[in-house]
Amino acid sequence: MTLTVEHATMPVLGRLPIHSSRAEQVAHIAEAAKQIRIQDLKLVHHAGAGHIGGDFSAIDILATLYGAVLDITPATVNDPERDRFILSKGHVAGALYTTLAAFGFLPVEELATFLKPLSALNGHPNRNKVAGVEANTGPLGHGLPVAVGHALSAKLDVSMRRTYVLVGDGELQEGSNWEAMMAASQYQLDRLTVIVDRNRLQQGATTKETNDLDPLPEKAAAFGFAVVEVNGHDHGELLDVLSAVPFRPGKPTFVIAHTHKGHPISFMSNNVAWHHRVPDAAEYQQALKELA
Amino acid sequence: MTVLETRSIADQPRYDCRDAYVETLAELAEADHRIVGVVNDSVGSSKLNSFRKAFPDRLINVGIAEQDMVGVASGLANGGRIPFVSAASCFLTGRALEQIKADVAYSNTNVKLCGMSPGVAYGELGPTHHSIEDIAWLRAIANMTVIVPADPIETAAALRWAAASEGPVFIRVSRMSVPKVYADDYSFELGKAITVREGNDVTVISNGTVLWRALAAAERLAEDGISARVLSMPTVKPLDTEAVVAAARETAGIVTAEEAVSGGGLGGAVAETVVQHHPARVKILGFPEFAPTGSAGYLLDRYGLSAEGIADAARKLITTGK
Repeated sequence: MTLTVEHATMPVLGRLPIHSSRAEQVAHIAEAAKQIRIQDLKLVHHAGAGHIGGDFSAIDILATLYGAVLDITPATVNDPERDRFILSKGHVAGALYTTLAAFGFLPVEELATFLKPLSALNGHPNRNKVAGVEANTGPLGHGLPVAVGHALSAKLDVSMRRTYVLVGDGELQEGSNWEAMMAASQYQLDRLTVIVDRNRLQQGATTKETNDLDPLPEKAAAFGFAVVEVNGHDHGELLDVLSAVPFRPGKPTFVIAHTHKGHPISFMSNNVAWHHRVPDAAEYQQALKELA
Repeated sequence: MTVLETRSIADQPRYDCRDAYVETLAELAEADHRIVGVVNDSVGSSKLNSFRKAFPDRLINVGIAEQDMVGVASGLANGGRIPFVSAASCFLTGRALEQIKADVAYSNTNVKLCGMSPGVAYGELGPTHHSIEDIAWLRAIANMTVIVPADPIETAAALRWAAASEGPVFIRVSRMSVPKVYADDYSFELGKAITVREGNDVTVISNGTVLWRALAAAERLAEDGISARVLSMPTVKPLDTEAVVAAARETAGIVTAEEAVSGGGLGGAVAETVVQHHPARVKILGFPEFAPTGSAGYLLDRYGLSAEGIADAARKLITTGK
């Protein structure tokens, strides 16, 4: 198996006009999520590496953010007033690169370099090599503090730009997140949104078996956040919630997106084995069939 | 630039570099709205009360949370600010080392890390509060510049340089009082050694709070008829390899003296250079172990970082080669 440009052929979808209806937006996000999944599956299968379980858990969130929420386009990728999206769970870099390609930030054919020697598309994202990446993440518990710092800069600038950060649920076991949440609350960063990819699985077991995060909504609320729970695979719900922040003036928002690792592939979904397993030829064909 | 001519540097008035730090930071912040301070509750220990009064919104205090502090600084830089993180060096570099590596150095963000009260400045508080490892740790990280100023003048000059340059910088700011080594017209040049005393028999390379002791050591050596060259090496990374190689070539050996572990810091950098370019006798003075209880001054003396200790090491290097 070798990843080549023949495997990097996804359509570039771009954004809909701003006056598009909600139904049009939701349909657009759904199509983007489908194309991103197909392309990401090809990347992981042909490159022989990646974190497909976490990728598929997060793709609906990424497609919603880039497809209809974030005020950022390939033309404004360096604009100081752009919204910021920080992927804290940096191991789903494949999903991020594919999303960036779907919306025109990254040439689709560049996806064929994924994980190859000297590629810009490292196993964890590098802001100095990939336009649209805001922070070099990978070690867990780093994105949320960086997001708090950016949200603080926006507040100092009296700017309306927003900051979104996607964290894994297992990642919340890192104490640095809770340090950052206290600071976000103290500084009343209500244009900061933390999205938790709540798939309830970590590397080798459930979060419950490992270091249970529940009651997560109550914990986040106790740390001063406005807490909202959504179905993390429902594009309509994601769009409504992520575009509506802040929910409470003066409070940062904590969106718990309930997801399944490997969604929606029948044999991957909610299966801990698919943290970084690579689909073989038969599994690949089966997954492609299910996505089509 | 002129180096102050004095009878003995040891008799000169002493200064706390944190005063120069806060004065310069305020001056820089006044001139550039992008500059902000970031602290871990370390307002008092960084002497930043006057800064907070002058720029209340621009002193971000995240509380006692160093990992968050460094991550927040990286995010502030992403938003166009120039954060000066100001925290006890032991906690800043030890607790937040991975944030320094990933969020600052690897992300290559414009963050200035100011390690307050480094080395053994906290004396009797012991090894948990000593920061003798910071230079070795940060020197190992790509993209990181490491600066160890010797006096208030160099502290101010290095800060001005850091504010004007793009990218990650670590600067040590000492609380241990030191005499002025430089004249007021000193301007900091990255990666350049300064010959603060000419000499051809032996070389002492030093920085930070130990530099003036190295000069005092040279005074003593002169009394014995030994002409010691004293190189000030404020930039540990990138190192002035040319000056080190010249010292290796032109004098009988090199003594390094620093308020840090005796491996991996300035001494380590000098030794690596000498071994690869011009093998020579090198003696590294520093702390080879966790220090016992004692004041900062006592500990420096105990580990041979006094004028007499450095002079002894130089004499021994010349006579025995070790």
